[in-house]
Amino acid sequence: MAKSVEEWDLSTENSADYETIIEGGKHWSFNVSGGTLLRLTDLEGGANAGMLFYNPHNMLERYNAPDTLKCQHTFKLTKGHCLYSDMGRIFCSIVEDTHGWHDTVCGNSTGVLIAGRWGERSYQAFRNEWTQNGYDAFLVEAGKYGLGRRDLAANVNWFSKVAVADDGKMVFDARAPKAGALVELRFEMDTLVLMHTCPHPMNTASDYPRKPLKLRFSKALPVAADDFCKNSRPENLRGFANTDLYRRFGCQDFGGRSGGV
Amino acid sequence: MQQTSKLLPGEAVFRHTVMAGNHWIDTLRRGQTLRIVDVEGNQSADTLFFNAADVADRYSAVDTIREQGNVYLSCGTKLLSTSGQVLARIVADTVGRHDTLGGACASESNTVRYDLEKRTMHSCRDSYLLALAHHDALGLGKRDLTHNINFFMNVPVTSDGGLTFADGLSGPGHYVEMQAEMDIIVLISNCPQLNNPCNAYNPTPLEVLIWDGDVA
Repeated sequence: MAKSVEEWDLSTENSADYETIIEGGKHWSFNVSGGTLLRLTDLEGGANAGMLFYNPHNMLERYNAPDTLKCQHTFKLTKGHCLYSDMGRIFCSIVEDTHGWHDTVCGNSTGVLIAGRWGERSYQAFRNEWTQNGYDAFLVEAGKYGLGRRDLAANVNWFSKVAVADDGKMVFDARAPKAGALVELRFEMDTLVLMHTCPHPMNTASDYPRKPLKLRFSKALPVAADDFCKNSRPENLRGFANTDLYRRFGCQDFGGRSGGV
Repeated sequence: MQQTSKLLPGEAVFRHTVMAGNHWIDTLRRGQTLRIVDVEGNQSADTLFFNAADVADRYSAVDTIREQGNVYLSCGTKLLSTSGQVLARIVADTVGRHDTLGGACASESNTVRYDLEKRTMHSCRDSYLLALAHHDALGLGKRDLTHNINFFMNVPVTSDGGLTFADGLSGPGHYVEMQAEMDIIVLISNCPQLNNPCNAYNPTPLEVLIWDGDVA
């Protein structure tokens, strides 16, 4: 059982796990070191976790959905896939996934979209039950690191499945969610993570979906030579090689300005 | 949807050939129509748009496909910005389907896709970066290089969630046209990719033409 914050023991912080729950319709951000394992759990079924990734040592390096999809010849994200930066490196690998299909091409809910679909609920009137949107949620978190509109990119939407028909029509699968579904991300390099739990922009549920997400941080085991993600495609072997070169020779503590190899 | 154009090349106010491996950047005024011609066929025109009055508001692939409910771009597609405004509308298209999932090639992604030792080969992102450096008065840089359109590229999504790079639907002389709904900056890289069979390892020229006009 992971420790809650009340049980947190600083003397063992290197070995202790940390677990927290982010309520639906909220946002958060955090830095993780390479070698961190992050488990996301859709506690009730129907959560959406929007996520963006940046290199904290060079914020111009960010998650690149097109590169991620094309180098792995995939439209969906699931176990075995790696999430690539625009510099050919791997922020994290998906080492476990019981949901099976995560979206990365639909972007975010916006204020206009939320107001049109579910009506606007102001903070003044609804306090913590206001209806936040994914786009503004990302802007708030991005702003904490000096990032803004220009720095946002196509994000991941964990636990949301959008399939495509032969004619290109996109279909949000409202039956895909499963209570307790989890996905595990193993970070291969230091990463800034921006996240929100606002509704997927194609979710047409009758009321604003407000589903909690559990996050559990722990230390990952070292990447083995026969690692599933690393060996799932020859492209990923090369992606791991790029990331390894960066960790071995990159100059990462140079006022946040340097990029390494 | 395929739709031919009534515009006559002889009446274009601007005409320019973009050789493979080169870039083209210019401002399209509201009402003007831009045609991109796949001169020899199976080329990729890697294209980005920016709201000229607010360059942080720019083409958004994810908003564009989500709002039209379809991953492919063609005649009738409204090219949306990150703030949800219509930058331009595709008004003619002899191909029927264009990609906006695959992104642009970069030397770094080429190392992943092909070989680490191909890192010095030319790429669309290098062309983009050079274009922006030569036009730094626009205030654009690497931050602004996002998820682009690949006109003339065919990247079908399968029902089980795969992504395939199929032979192009385009061919010699095929074209796509878009009319600007506001003043927009257009940035095109004529893809120099030599490692992908999608262009038969043979990148070829594009032509761009512009006509004046009014938004209906």
